Amino acid sequence: MSAEKKNLILAFESSCDETSVAVVEDGHIILSNIVATQVNSHKRFGGVVPEVASRHHIEQITSCVQDAMTEANVSYDDLDAVAVTYGPGLVGALLVGVSAAKAIAFAHELPLIPVNHMAGHIFAARYESEISYPSMALLVSGGHTELVYMPEEGQFEIIGETRDDAAGEAYDKVGRVLGMTYPSGKEIDELAHTGKDTFNFPRAMIKDDNYDFSFSGLKSAFINTVHHADQLGETLDRADLATSFQQSVVDVLAEKTLRACHEYDIKQLILAGGVAANKGLRARLEADMEKMDTVEFIKAPIKLCGDNAAMIGAAGYVEFLKGQRAGLDLNADPSLEFDWIA
Amino acid sequence: MKILAIDTSNIPLSVAVLEDKTLLATMTTNIKKNHSITLMPAIADVMKLAGVKPAELDRIIVAQGPGSFTGLRIGVATAKTLAFALDCELVGVSSLELLAAGISDDKTDIVPLFDARRNHVFSGLYRNSNELINELPDQHRDLVAWLTELKERNQSQIFVGTDVDLFKPQIIDILGEQAYFPAPFLNVPQAFILGLIGKDKEPVEQETFIPNYLRLTQAESQWLETHSDKDHNTYVEKI
Ligand SMILES: [Zn+2]
Repeated sequence: MSAEKKNLILAFESSCDETSVAVVEDGHIILSNIVATQVNSHKRFGGVVPEVASRHHIEQITSCVQDAMTEANVSYDDLDAVAVTYGPGLVGALLVGVSAAKAIAFAHELPLIPVNHMAGHIFAARYESEISYPSMALLVSGGHTELVYMPEEGQFEIIGETRDDAAGEAYDKVGRVLGMTYPSGKEIDELAHTGKDTFNFPRAMIKDDNYDFSFSGLKSAFINTVHHADQLGETLDRADLATSFQQSVVDVLAEKTLRACHEYDIKQLILAGGVAANKGLRARLEADMEKMDTVEFIKAPIKLCGDNAAMIGAAGYVEFLKGQRAGLDLNADPSLEFDWIA
Repeated sequence: MKILAIDTSNIPLSVAVLEDKTLLATMTTNIKKNHSITLMPAIADVMKLAGVKPAELDRIIVAQGPGSFTGLRIGVATAKTLAFALDCELVGVSSLELLAAGISDDKTDIVPLFDARRNHVFSGLYRNSNELINELPDQHRDLVAWLTELKERNQSQIFVGTDVDLFKPQIIDILGEQAYFPAPFLNVPQAFILGLIGKDKEPVEQETFIPNYLRLTQAESQWLETHSDKDHNTYVEKI
Protein backbone atom coordinates (compact mmCIF):
# COMPACT_ATOMS: atom_id res chain seq x y z
CA MET A 1 0.00 0.00 0.00
CA SER A 2 1.55 3.26 -1.05
CA ALA A 3 0.61 6.53 0.57
CA GLU A 4 -0.59 9.17 -1.84
CA LYS A 5 2.01 11.80 -2.67
CA LYS A 6 1.54 14.90 -0.59
CA ASN A 7 2.06 18.34 -2.04
CA LEU A 8 4.43 20.50 0.03
CA ILE A 9 4.81 24.22 -0.54
CA LEU A 10 7.39 26.49 1.08
CA ALA A 11 5.68 29.88 1.37
CA PHE A 12 7.06 33.39 1.97
CA GLU A 13 5.33 36.53 3.22
CA SER A 14 7.09 39.88 3.80
CA SER A 15 4.72 42.55 2.53
CA CYS A 16 4.59 44.70 5.66
CA ASP A 17 6.03 44.22 9.15
CA GLU A 18 5.97 40.45 9.55
CA THR A 19 8.62 38.15 8.11
CA SER A 20 6.97 34.78 7.72
CA VAL A 21 7.88 31.43 6.20
CA ALA A 22 5.65 28.35 6.26
CA VAL A 23 5.51 24.80 5.02
CA VAL A 24 2.00 23.85 3.93
CA GLU A 25 0.74 20.39 2.96
CA ASP A 26 -1.92 20.03 0.24
CA GLY A 27 -2.94 23.66 0.70
CA HIS A 28 -4.72 23.14 3.99
CA ILE A 29 -2.43 21.56 6.57
CA ILE A 30 0.15 23.72 8.33
CA LEU A 31 3.40 21.87 9.00
CA SER A 32 5.08 25.06 10.21
CA ASN A 33 4.28 28.76 10.15
CA ILE A 34 7.11 30.92 11.49
CA VAL A 35 6.18 34.57 12.01
CA ALA A 36 8.76 37.15 13.10
CA THR A 37 6.89 40.31 13.99
CA GLN A 38 8.51 43.74 14.03
CA VAL A 39 5.72 45.41 15.95
CA ASN A 40 7.97 46.38 18.88
CA SER A 41 10.26 48.21 16.51
CA HIS A 42 7.55 50.18 14.70
CA LYS A 43 5.84 51.07 17.99
CA ARG A 44 8.69 53.57 18.41
CA PHE A 45 7.43 55.51 15.41
CA GLY A 46 3.67 55.09 15.88
CA GLY A 47 3.36 53.12 12.63
CA VAL A 48 5.29 51.03 10.14
CA VAL A 49 8.36 52.79 8.70
CA PRO A 50 9.07 51.13 5.32
CA GLU A 51 12.89 51.32 5.36
CA VAL A 52 13.03 50.01 8.94
CA ALA A 53 10.68 47.17 7.93
CA SER A 54 12.88 46.20 4.98
CA ARG A 55 15.95 46.13 7.21
CA HIS A 56 14.29 43.83 9.72
CA HIS A 57 13.10 41.48 6.96
CA ILE A 58 16.62 40.87 5.74
CA GLU A 59 17.83 40.23 9.30
CA GLN A 60 15.19 37.54 9.74
CA ILE A 61 14.69 35.89 6.39
CA THR A 62 17.01 32.86 6.42
CA SER A 63 16.45 32.23 10.10
CA CYS A 64 12.71 31.97 9.38
CA VAL A 65 13.34 29.54 6.50
CA GLN A 66 15.57 27.46 8.75
CA ASP A 67 12.96 27.29 11.51
CA ALA A 68 10.12 26.56 9.08
CA MET A 69 12.00 23.65 7.47
CA THR A 70 13.17 22.26 10.80
CA GLU A 71 9.77 22.47 12.46
CA ALA A 72 8.07 20.87 9.46
CA ASN A 73 10.84 18.28 9.40
CA VAL A 74 11.26 18.48 5.63
CA SER A 75 14.21 18.81 3.25
CA TYR A 76 14.35 20.66 -0.07
CA ASP A 77 13.84 17.35 -1.86
CA ASP A 78 10.44 17.00 -0.22
CA LEU A 79 9.20 20.34 -1.56
CA ASP A 80 7.02 20.71 -4.66
CA ALA A 81 7.06 24.49 -5.03
CA VAL A 82 7.95 27.84 -3.52
CA ALA A 83 5.17 30.42 -3.16
CA VAL A 84 5.71 34.09 -2.41
CA THR A 85 3.72 37.27 -1.86
CA TYR A 86 4.69 39.69 -4.63
CA GLY A 87 2.13 42.41 -3.84
CA PRO A 88 0.41 44.49 -2.70
CA GLY A 89 2.53 45.91 0.10
CA LEU A 90 5.67 47.90 0.82
CA VAL A 91 7.98 47.49 -2.14
CA GLY A 92 11.26 47.23 -0.18
CA ALA A 93 9.71 44.74 2.22
CA LEU A 94 8.20 42.62 -0.58
CA LEU A 95 11.55 42.50 -2.37
CA VAL A 96 13.25 40.65 0.49
CA GLY A 97 10.74 37.81 0.37
CA VAL A 98 10.67 37.76 -3.43
CA SER A 99 14.49 37.65 -3.65
CA ALA A 100 14.72 34.88 -1.07
CA ALA A 101 11.95 32.80 -2.66
CA LYS A 102 13.58 33.10 -6.08
CA ALA A 103 16.95 32.09 -4.64
CA ILE A 104 15.49 28.91 -3.15
CA ALA A 105 13.48 28.11 -6.28
CA PHE A 106 16.64 28.49 -8.37
CA ALA A 107 18.93 26.62 -5.96
CA HIS A 108 16.66 23.59 -5.83
CA GLU A 109 14.96 23.81 -9.22
CA LEU A 110 11.50 24.31 -7.76
CA PRO A 111 8.55 25.99 -9.46
CA LEU A 112 7.93 29.54 -8.24
CA ILE A 113 4.34 30.62 -7.58
CA PRO A 114 3.43 34.30 -7.35
CA VAL A 115 0.73 35.03 -4.77
CA ASN A 116 -1.43 38.11 -4.25
CA HIS A 117 -1.31 39.04 -0.56
CA MET A 118 -5.05 39.72 -0.44
CA ALA A 119 -5.83 36.32 -1.94
CA GLY A 120 -3.63 34.98 0.84
CA HIS A 121 -5.78 36.66 3.49
CA ILE A 122 -8.92 35.10 1.99
CA PHE A 123 -7.30 31.66 1.89
CA ALA A 124 -6.50 31.82 5.60
CA ALA A 125 -10.14 30.68 5.77
CA ARG A 126 -9.12 27.45 4.03
CA TYR A 127 -7.72 26.29 7.37
CA GLU A 128 -11.24 26.56 8.77
CA SER A 129 -13.18 24.97 5.96
CA GLU A 130 -13.08 24.05 2.31
CA ILE A 131 -14.07 26.94 0.06
CA SER A 132 -16.99 26.42 -2.30
CA TYR A 133 -17.82 28.71 -5.17
CA PRO A 134 -19.27 31.16 -5.95
CA SER A 135 -18.18 32.83 -2.74
CA MET A 136 -17.93 36.31 -1.22
CA ALA A 137 -15.17 37.65 1.03
CA LEU A 138 -15.16 40.64 3.33
CA LEU A 139 -11.51 41.62 3.53
CA VAL A 140 -10.66 44.06 6.31
CA SER A 141 -7.15 45.05 7.33
CA GLY A 142 -4.90 48.00 8.07
CA GLY A 143 -4.46 48.67 4.36
CA HIS A 144 -7.63 47.30 2.77
CA THR A 145 -11.37 47.17 3.21
CA GLU A 146 -13.11 45.47 0.33
CA LEU A 147 -15.80 43.05 -0.71
CA VAL A 148 -14.46 40.44 -3.10
CA TYR A 149 -16.66 38.19 -5.23
CA MET A 150 -15.15 34.86 -6.26
CA PRO A 151 -17.19 33.27 -9.08
CA GLU A 152 -14.83 30.29 -9.18
CA GLU A 153 -11.56 29.12 -7.71
CA GLY A 154 -8.73 31.53 -8.38
CA GLN A 155 -10.97 34.36 -9.62
CA PHE A 156 -11.31 37.52 -7.56
CA GLU A 157 -13.47 40.52 -8.40
CA ILE A 158 -13.79 43.59 -6.19
CA ILE A 159 -17.40 44.71 -5.93
CA GLY A 160 -16.76 47.49 -3.42
CA GLU A 161 -13.97 48.99 -1.36
CA THR A 162 -13.14 51.89 0.92
CA ARG A 163 -12.93 55.26 -0.74
CA ASP A 164 -10.53 56.64 1.86
CA ASP A 165 -9.14 55.01 5.01
CA ALA A 166 -9.09 51.27 5.54
CA ALA A 167 -10.99 50.13 8.63
CA GLY A 168 -7.75 49.08 10.37
CA GLU A 169 -6.25 52.47 9.65
CA ALA A 170 -9.21 54.18 11.35
CA TYR A 171 -8.69 51.96 14.41
CA ASP A 172 -5.04 53.01 14.65
CA LYS A 173 -5.80 56.71 14.28
CA VAL A 174 -8.59 56.61 16.83
CA GLY A 175 -6.33 54.62 19.14
CA ARG A 176 -3.75 57.38 18.99
CA VAL A 177 -6.35 59.93 20.11
CA LEU A 178 -7.20 57.65 23.03
CA GLY A 179 -3.50 57.53 23.96
CA MET A 180 -3.07 53.85 23.04
CA THR A 181 0.15 52.49 21.59
CA TYR A 182 0.28 51.34 17.98
CA PRO A 183 -1.30 49.01 16.87
CA SER A 184 -4.46 49.69 18.87
CA GLY A 185 -7.13 47.55 17.17
CA LYS A 186 -7.16 44.86 19.82
CA GLU A 187 -7.26 47.31 22.72
CA ILE A 188 -10.20 49.22 21.22
CA ASP A 189 -12.01 45.94 20.56
CA GLU A 190 -11.62 44.92 24.21
CA LEU A 191 -12.63 48.33 25.54
CA ALA A 192 -15.64 48.36 23.20
CA HIS A 193 -17.09 45.36 25.01
CA THR A 194 -17.36 47.36 28.23
CA GLY A 195 -19.17 50.51 27.08
CA LYS A 196 -22.35 51.74 25.39
CA ASP A 197 -22.96 53.37 22.03
CA THR A 198 -23.80 56.83 23.39
CA PHE A 199 -22.14 59.05 20.78
CA ASN A 200 -23.95 57.72 17.73
CA PHE A 201 -21.16 58.48 15.26
CA PRO A 202 -22.04 58.67 11.53
CA ARG A 203 -22.51 55.48 9.50
CA ALA A 204 -21.07 56.75 6.22
CA MET A 205 -22.55 55.48 2.94
CA ILE A 206 -24.58 52.85 4.76
CA LYS A 207 -27.69 53.49 2.62
CA ASP A 208 -25.82 54.16 -0.65
CA ASP A 209 -26.62 51.85 -3.53
CA ASN A 210 -23.11 50.40 -3.84
CA TYR A 211 -20.69 48.28 -1.85
CA ASP A 212 -18.19 51.00 -1.07
CA PHE A 213 -17.12 52.13 2.39
CA SER A 214 -15.76 55.32 3.92
CA PHE A 215 -14.17 55.68 7.33
CA SER A 216 -12.53 59.08 7.25
CA GLY A 217 -15.74 60.90 8.25
CA LEU A 218 -16.14 58.62 11.25
CA LYS A 219 -12.53 59.19 12.21
CA SER A 220 -12.97 62.99 12.00
CA ALA A 221 -16.21 62.89 13.98
CA PHE A 222 -14.44 60.88 16.68
CA ILE A 223 -11.45 63.22 16.84
CA ASN A 224 -13.66 66.33 16.87
CA THR A 225 -15.79 64.94 19.69
CA VAL A 226 -12.73 64.24 21.83
CA HIS A 227 -11.06 67.60 21.07
CA HIS A 228 -14.26 69.52 21.72
CA ALA A 229 -14.60 67.89 25.13
CA ASP A 230 -10.93 68.61 25.87
CA GLN A 231 -11.51 72.31 25.18
CA LEU A 232 -14.43 72.36 27.58
CA GLY A 233 -12.31 70.55 30.15
CA GLU A 234 -14.64 67.55 30.06
CA THR A 235 -13.49 63.96 30.14
CA LEU A 236 -15.45 61.54 28.02
CA ASP A 237 -15.98 57.90 28.93
CA ARG A 238 -13.29 55.97 27.02
CA ALA A 239 -15.28 52.77 26.96
CA ASP A 240 -18.32 54.53 25.52
CA LEU A 241 -16.10 56.21 22.92
CA ALA A 242 -14.62 52.87 21.90
CA THR A 243 -18.02 51.16 21.80
CA SER A 244 -19.56 53.96 19.74
CA PHE A 245 -16.66 53.94 17.28
CA GLN A 246 -16.63 50.17 16.89
CA GLN A 247 -20.41 50.02 16.57
CA SER A 248 -20.28 52.45 13.67
CA VAL A 249 -17.55 50.48 11.88
CA VAL A 250 -19.28 47.15 12.45
CA ASP A 251 -22.72 48.46 11.41
CA VAL A 252 -21.42 49.68 8.05
CA LEU A 253 -19.32 46.59 7.36
CA ALA A 254 -22.09 44.19 8.33
CA GLU A 255 -24.92 45.96 6.54
CA LYS A 256 -23.09 46.24 3.21
CA THR A 257 -21.77 42.71 3.44
CA LEU A 258 -25.19 41.34 4.14
CA ARG A 259 -26.68 43.17 1.22
CA ALA A 260 -23.98 41.70 -1.03
CA CYS A 261 -24.82 38.25 0.31
CA HIS A 262 -28.45 38.76 -0.64
CA GLU A 263 -27.80 40.17 -4.07
CA TYR A 264 -25.18 37.68 -5.21
CA ASP A 265 -25.91 34.02 -5.57
CA ILE A 266 -23.19 32.67 -3.30
CA LYS A 267 -22.55 29.61 -1.18
CA GLN A 268 -20.23 31.16 1.38
CA LEU A 269 -19.23 34.38 3.06
CA ILE A 270 -15.60 34.54 4.16
CA LEU A 271 -14.37 37.01 6.76
CA ALA A 272 -10.63 37.64 6.45
CA GLY A 273 -7.82 40.16 7.01
CA GLY A 274 -6.18 41.58 10.14
CA VAL A 275 -9.40 43.26 11.35
CA ALA A 276 -11.25 39.94 10.96
CA ALA A 277 -9.79 39.12 14.36
CA ASN A 278 -12.03 41.82 15.82
CA LYS A 279 -14.45 40.12 18.23
CA GLY A 280 -17.18 42.69 17.74
CA LEU A 281 -17.17 42.21 13.98
CA ARG A 282 -17.04 38.41 14.22
CA ALA A 283 -19.95 38.27 16.66
CA ARG A 284 -22.08 40.67 14.66
CA LEU A 285 -21.63 38.89 11.34
CA GLU A 286 -22.17 35.55 13.02
CA ALA A 287 -25.53 36.69 14.40
CA ASP A 288 -26.57 38.23 11.08
CA MET A 289 -25.50 35.24 9.01
CA GLU A 290 -27.38 32.83 11.23
CA LYS A 291 -30.55 34.19 9.66
CA MET A 292 -29.26 33.43 6.15
CA ASP A 293 -29.42 29.67 5.91
CA THR A 294 -28.43 29.55 2.23
CA VAL A 295 -25.00 31.06 2.86
CA GLU A 296 -22.36 29.41 5.02
CA PHE A 297 -20.27 31.82 7.11
CA ILE A 298 -16.54 31.08 7.40
CA LYS A 299 -14.18 33.10 9.54
CA ALA A 300 -10.43 32.95 9.04
CA PRO A 301 -8.96 31.47 12.25
CA ILE A 302 -7.99 34.32 14.62
CA LYS A 303 -4.37 33.15 14.66
CA LEU A 304 -4.19 33.43 10.86
CA CYS A 305 -5.94 36.81 10.46
CA GLY A 306 -2.69 38.78 10.69
CA ASP A 307 -0.03 38.48 7.99
CA ASN A 308 1.51 35.01 7.82
CA ALA A 309 2.99 32.66 5.24
CA ALA A 310 0.59 29.76 5.88
CA MET A 311 -2.16 31.75 4.16
CA ILE A 312 0.19 32.37 1.23
CA GLY A 313 0.84 28.63 1.04
CA ALA A 314 -2.92 27.94 0.93
CA ALA A 315 -3.51 30.48 -1.86
CA GLY A 316 -0.31 29.33 -3.58
CA TYR A 317 -1.56 25.74 -3.68
CA VAL A 318 -4.60 26.77 -5.71
CA GLU A 319 -2.36 28.68 -8.14
CA PHE A 320 0.01 25.71 -8.26
CA LEU A 321 -2.79 23.38 -9.34
CA LYS A 322 -3.86 25.88 -11.98
CA GLY A 323 -0.32 25.83 -13.39
CA GLN A 324 0.44 29.42 -12.45
CA ARG A 325 4.23 29.98 -12.46
CA ALA A 326 6.53 32.98 -12.19
CA GLY A 327 9.90 33.33 -13.89
CA LEU A 328 13.13 34.24 -12.12
CA ASP A 329 12.42 37.81 -13.23
CA LEU A 330 9.46 38.06 -10.83
CA ASN A 331 9.33 41.57 -9.39
CA ALA A 332 7.47 43.02 -6.43
CA ASP A 333 4.26 44.85 -7.37
CA PRO A 334 3.42 47.17 -4.46
CA SER A 335 0.06 48.22 -5.92
CA LEU A 336 -1.13 44.84 -7.14
CA GLU A 337 -4.94 44.70 -7.11
CA PHE A 338 -7.76 42.34 -7.86
CA ASP A 339 -9.78 43.26 -10.91
CA TRP A 340 -12.94 45.27 -10.51
CA ILE A 341 -16.06 43.51 -11.59
CA ALA A 342 -16.99 44.54 -15.11
CA MET B 1 36.83 26.43 -5.59
CA LYS B 2 33.71 27.43 -7.57
CA ILE B 3 32.60 30.96 -6.83
CA LEU B 4 29.55 33.07 -7.60
CA ALA B 5 30.09 36.84 -7.19
CA ILE B 6 27.25 39.39 -7.14
CA ASP B 7 27.17 43.18 -7.05
CA THR B 8 23.90 45.14 -7.09
CA SER B 9 24.92 48.02 -4.83
CA ASN B 10 24.14 50.78 -7.30
CA ILE B 11 22.84 51.16 -10.86
CA PRO B 12 25.47 48.81 -12.35
CA LEU B 13 24.77 45.11 -11.83
CA SER B 14 27.50 42.52 -12.18
CA VAL B 15 27.53 38.75 -11.80
CA ALA B 16 30.49 36.41 -12.31
CA VAL B 17 31.34 32.74 -11.90
CA LEU B 18 34.96 31.90 -11.10
CA GLU B 19 36.96 28.74 -10.67
CA ASP B 20 39.56 29.88 -8.14
CA LYS B 21 41.27 32.85 -9.81
CA THR B 22 39.93 32.10 -13.27
CA LEU B 23 36.89 33.81 -14.71
CA LEU B 24 34.44 31.37 -16.30
CA ALA B 25 31.60 33.73 -17.23
CA THR B 26 30.35 37.17 -16.33
CA MET B 27 27.63 39.68 -17.10
CA THR B 28 27.54 43.37 -16.30
CA THR B 29 24.75 45.85 -16.97
CA ASN B 30 24.69 49.60 -16.43
CA ILE B 31 21.08 50.43 -17.16
CA LYS B 32 18.30 51.79 -14.99
CA LYS B 33 16.37 48.57 -14.68
CA ASN B 34 15.15 47.13 -11.40
CA HIS B 35 17.75 44.67 -10.07
CA SER B 36 15.00 42.40 -8.78
CA ILE B 37 14.00 41.74 -12.39
CA THR B 38 17.53 41.31 -13.71
CA LEU B 39 19.58 39.66 -10.99
CA MET B 40 18.21 36.12 -10.72
CA PRO B 41 17.97 35.55 -14.51
CA ALA B 42 21.52 36.92 -14.82
CA ILE B 43 22.76 34.46 -12.21
CA ALA B 44 20.99 31.60 -13.97
CA ASP B 45 22.42 32.60 -17.37
CA VAL B 46 25.98 33.16 -16.19
CA MET B 47 26.03 29.88 -14.29
CA LYS B 48 24.66 28.03 -17.28
CA LEU B 49 27.30 29.57 -19.55
CA ALA B 50 29.99 28.65 -17.04
CA GLY B 51 28.63 25.11 -16.86
CA VAL B 52 28.32 25.28 -13.09
CA LYS B 53 25.30 23.86 -11.29
CA PRO B 54 23.99 25.57 -8.15
CA ALA B 55 24.91 22.57 -5.99
CA GLU B 56 28.53 22.82 -7.18
CA LEU B 57 29.08 26.28 -5.73
CA ASP B 58 31.57 26.46 -2.88
CA ARG B 59 31.31 30.13 -2.11
CA ILE B 60 29.04 33.09 -2.79
CA ILE B 61 30.54 36.57 -2.59
CA VAL B 62 28.41 39.68 -2.46
CA ALA B 63 29.10 43.41 -2.44
CA GLN B 64 27.76 44.27 1.00
CA GLY B 65 27.55 48.06 0.75
CA PRO B 66 27.47 50.91 1.00
CA GLY B 67 25.14 51.81 -1.86
CA SER B 68 21.44 52.02 -2.69
CA PHE B 69 19.53 50.46 0.21
CA THR B 70 17.14 48.58 -2.05
CA GLY B 71 19.89 47.47 -4.43
CA LEU B 72 21.97 46.16 -1.54
CA ARG B 73 19.04 44.25 -0.10
CA ILE B 74 18.28 42.52 -3.39
CA GLY B 75 21.92 41.40 -3.68
CA VAL B 76 22.35 40.45 -0.05
CA ALA B 77 18.96 38.71 0.28
CA THR B 78 19.71 36.70 -2.86
CA ALA B 79 23.30 35.83 -1.87
CA LYS B 80 22.42 35.05 1.73
CA THR B 81 19.47 32.81 0.83
CA LEU B 82 21.41 31.05 -1.95
CA ALA B 83 24.32 30.34 0.40
CA PHE B 84 21.89 29.13 3.06
CA ALA B 85 19.90 26.95 0.67
CA LEU B 86 23.04 25.46 -0.92
CA ASP B 87 24.88 25.19 2.37
CA CYS B 88 27.96 26.93 0.97
CA GLU B 89 30.23 29.72 2.20
CA LEU B 90 29.11 33.35 2.18
CA VAL B 91 31.48 36.33 1.99
CA GLY B 92 30.72 40.07 2.07
CA VAL B 93 33.03 42.63 0.46
CA SER B 94 32.83 46.42 0.68
CA SER B 95 31.25 47.82 -2.50
CA LEU B 96 33.80 50.65 -2.35
CA GLU B 97 36.72 48.25 -1.96
CA LEU B 98 35.49 46.49 -5.10
CA LEU B 99 35.90 49.71 -7.11
CA ALA B 100 39.25 50.54 -5.50
CA ALA B 101 40.57 47.07 -6.38
CA GLY B 102 40.33 47.88 -10.08
CA ILE B 103 43.04 50.54 -9.74
CA SER B 104 46.57 49.17 -9.71
CA ASP B 105 48.44 52.49 -9.36
CA ASP B 106 50.53 52.28 -6.17
CA LYS B 107 51.55 55.95 -6.11
CA THR B 108 48.14 57.47 -5.41
CA ASP B 109 45.35 57.44 -2.88
CA ILE B 110 42.34 55.63 -4.31
CA VAL B 111 38.99 57.26 -3.54
CA PRO B 112 35.96 55.24 -4.66
CA LEU B 113 32.67 57.03 -4.20
CA PHE B 114 28.91 56.72 -4.67
CA ASP B 115 26.29 59.45 -4.70
CA ALA B 116 24.30 59.44 -1.46
CA ARG B 117 22.15 62.43 -2.50
CA ARG B 118 21.97 65.95 -1.08
CA ASN B 119 25.66 66.43 -1.91
CA HIS B 120 26.64 63.56 0.35
CA VAL B 121 28.68 60.56 -0.71
CA PHE B 122 29.59 57.09 0.43
CA SER B 123 33.35 57.00 0.16
CA GLY B 124 36.53 55.64 1.70
CA LEU B 125 40.26 55.78 1.08
CA TYR B 126 42.38 52.89 -0.19
CA ARG B 127 46.02 52.31 -1.23
CA ASN B 128 47.16 49.55 -3.52
CA SER B 129 50.74 48.50 -2.83
CA ASN B 130 51.00 44.75 -3.44
CA GLU B 131 47.78 44.36 -1.57
CA LEU B 132 44.80 46.65 -1.20
CA ILE B 133 44.81 48.55 2.09
CA ASN B 134 41.87 50.46 3.51
CA GLU B 135 43.38 53.65 4.99
CA LEU B 136 40.22 55.56 5.88
CA PRO B 137 37.07 53.50 6.54
CA ASP B 138 34.01 53.57 4.29
CA GLN B 139 31.81 56.41 5.45
CA HIS B 140 28.78 58.56 4.67
CA ARG B 141 30.04 62.15 4.28
CA ASP B 142 29.17 65.63 3.19
CA LEU B 143 31.11 65.89 -0.06
CA VAL B 144 32.76 69.24 0.67
CA ALA B 145 33.89 68.17 4.15
CA TRP B 146 35.25 64.90 2.73
CA LEU B 147 37.14 66.62 -0.11
CA THR B 148 38.55 69.16 2.33
CA GLU B 149 39.85 66.35 4.53
CA LEU B 150 41.37 64.61 1.52
CA LYS B 151 43.04 67.86 0.42
CA GLU B 152 45.09 67.91 3.63
CA ARG B 153 46.75 64.59 2.78
CA ASN B 154 48.72 66.32 0.02
CA GLN B 155 48.67 63.17 -2.09
CA SER B 156 47.65 62.59 -5.63
CA GLN B 157 44.19 61.01 -5.50
CA ILE B 158 42.29 59.01 -8.05
CA PHE B 159 38.46 59.18 -7.90
CA VAL B 160 36.63 56.13 -9.14
CA GLY B 161 32.97 55.23 -9.64
CA THR B 162 30.11 55.86 -12.06
CA ASP B 163 28.95 58.82 -9.95
CA VAL B 164 32.35 60.59 -10.07
CA ASP B 165 31.36 62.57 -13.20
CA LEU B 166 28.54 64.15 -11.25
CA PHE B 167 30.95 65.56 -8.66
CA LYS B 168 33.92 66.30 -10.94
CA PRO B 169 33.52 70.12 -10.85
CA GLN B 170 33.52 70.13 -7.02
CA ILE B 171 36.41 67.66 -6.82
CA ILE B 172 38.56 69.75 -9.16
CA ASP B 173 37.48 72.95 -7.44
CA ILE B 174 38.73 71.76 -4.04
CA LEU B 175 41.60 69.42 -4.95
CA GLY B 176 42.89 70.97 -8.18
CA GLU B 177 45.76 69.00 -9.64
CA GLN B 178 45.77 66.62 -6.72
CA ALA B 179 42.76 64.83 -8.31
CA TYR B 180 42.96 62.24 -11.09
CA PHE B 181 40.35 60.27 -12.96
CA PRO B 182 40.74 56.74 -14.29
CA ALA B 183 39.91 55.32 -17.69
CA PRO B 184 36.09 55.12 -17.88
CA PHE B 185 35.92 51.30 -17.89
CA LEU B 186 37.36 51.24 -14.37
CA ASN B 187 34.34 53.15 -13.04
CA VAL B 188 31.99 50.19 -13.51
CA PRO B 189 32.27 47.56 -10.77
CA GLN B 190 33.10 44.08 -12.10
CA ALA B 191 32.00 40.95 -10.28
CA PHE B 192 35.14 39.16 -11.57
CA ILE B 193 37.21 41.50 -9.37
CA LEU B 194 34.73 40.97 -6.53
CA GLY B 195 35.39 37.24 -6.84
CA LEU B 196 39.15 37.77 -6.72
CA ILE B 197 38.98 39.91 -3.56
CA GLY B 198 36.39 37.76 -1.82
CA LYS B 199 38.17 34.51 -2.55
CA ASP B 200 40.64 35.06 0.30
CA LYS B 201 38.33 36.60 2.88
CA GLU B 202 36.86 34.85 5.90
CA PRO B 203 33.32 33.53 5.40
CA VAL B 204 30.64 35.20 7.53
CA GLU B 205 27.89 33.78 9.69
CA GLN B 206 24.97 33.59 7.26
CA GLU B 207 21.98 34.07 9.52
CA THR B 208 23.04 37.48 10.87
CA PHE B 209 24.49 38.78 7.61
CA ILE B 210 23.00 42.13 6.54
CA PRO B 211 24.02 44.98 4.22
CA ASN B 212 26.42 47.66 5.39
CA TYR B 213 24.13 50.63 4.98
CA LEU B 214 26.49 53.06 6.76
CA ARG B 215 23.45 55.13 7.59
CA LEU B 216 20.62 54.77 10.05
CA THR B 217 17.14 55.31 8.66
CA GLN B 218 15.83 58.84 9.13
CA ALA B 219 13.11 57.60 11.48
CA GLU B 220 15.65 55.86 13.71
CA SER B 221 18.10 58.76 13.90
CA GLN B 222 15.27 61.16 14.77
CA TRP B 223 14.00 58.76 17.39
CA LEU B 224 17.48 58.40 18.91
CA GLU B 225 17.67 62.17 19.42
CA THR B 226 15.13 61.83 22.21
CA HIS B 227 15.35 58.15 23.21
CA SER B 228 17.92 55.65 24.38
CA ASP B 229 18.51 52.51 22.39
CA LYS B 230 19.19 50.52 25.56
CA ASP B 231 16.90 48.32 27.64
CA HIS B 232 14.18 48.01 25.01
CA ASN B 233 12.10 44.98 24.11
CA THR B 234 13.48 42.90 21.25
CA TYR B 235 12.47 44.79 18.14
CA VAL B 236 11.67 41.63 16.25
CA GLU B 237 10.34 38.50 17.87
CA LYS B 238 9.07 35.20 16.59
CA ILE B 239 5.53 34.56 17.77
ZN1 LIG C 1 -2.13 41.79 5.21
